[in-house]
Amino acid sequence: MGWVGDAVDSVKSLQIRQVISQVVSLGMIVTSALIIWKGLMCITGSESPVVVVLSGSMEPGFKRGDILFLHMSKDPIRAGEIVVFNVDGREIPIVHRVIKVHERQDTGEVDVLTKGDNNFGDDRLLYAQGQLWLQRHHIMGRAVGFLPYVGWVTIIMTEKPIIKYLLIGALGLLVITSKE
Amino acid sequence: MHSFVYRANALLTFAVMVLAFMCAMASLSDNLNSLSPSAQLQVLNVNWFQKSTQGNDEVSMTLNISANLQSLFTWNTKQVFAFLTAEYETPKNSLNQVSLWDGIIPSKEHAKFSIHTTNKYRFTDQGCNLLGKQYNLTLHWHVMPKTGKMFADKLVMTGFRLPEEYR
Repeated sequence: MGWVGDAVDSVKSLQIRQVISQVVSLGMIVTSALIIWKGLMCITGSESPVVVVLSGSMEPGFKRGDILFLHMSKDPIRAGEIVVFNVDGREIPIVHRVIKVHERQDTGEVDVLTKGDNNFGDDRLLYAQGQLWLQRHHIMGRAVGFLPYVGWVTIIMTEKPIIKYLLIGALGLLVITSKE
Repeated sequence: MHSFVYRANALLTFAVMVLAFMCAMASLSDNLNSLSPSAQLQVLNVNWFQKSTQGNDEVSMTLNISANLQSLFTWNTKQVFAFLTAEYETPKNSLNQVSLWDGIIPSKEHAKFSIHTTNKYRFTDQGCNLLGKQYNLTLHWHVMPKTGKMFADKLVMTGFRLPEEYR
């Protein structure tokens, strides 16, 4: 029975080291992804430097599933810019174009009205009850560039969470069973 | 080292990097384009000029917009979004920009156009400052690529003036 105990010991010690090193490398991957994300947030000055287009209200320019790169600077907001904003009470940000701007003389504060290119009417229906204009603090960033189709991954994972669990399970399985 | 998983991983990484490189090149190639757009704007008629129920001035006008934006199109252009704004200053607001019309130009063939239209969106002020107001009409265009960086520019035409009286 002694050799069973030896074998089990050696297997256990090997396994523990392997498991720890794999957990550490997984942690490194996750942390470096986080570092890149936070770094992007700093560079672009926006809370979410990349957004996925969720609706068809800006077609044919932006289709559902496209990714937009945002940038926020202190430059004043002008008509024609495509902005991403949050309405009080709604968590999903909206990506539409500015069609009206009224900027105050003294304070530089600005009233902004937006509209989706593919929508018939302006966004007053989307704003909070009684709200007629957006202010600067509602706006998270300006769209400066975009990549088509890449956002479908995020949309699929949000709308069918099963795929998310499947992917994470498969990744976990791969990490555990790989010999590296 | 030669298992299926390693090979699939290497292939996928390489494919993604090549795609990203191609997108970046496509976007950079847009900078090589030399731009020469031209446009004419005319206000044919001020249809009516009233105070709305909220007490703000509102104008309706008929416009003639003719433009040639063909030089903006490259092989990487998906569409050009053109819109016309009226810009003016009031005592309360240092800048007011009100979009009067916009249109989507899907291809180079459609980029040379001449449109006769009333303003698509209401020309409304925050207040009653529009009587006799001098304003600029600016044609903006926003070039949206198939992939990459978007860029926008404009053409400002000054010298327009609203009527001195309501009608």
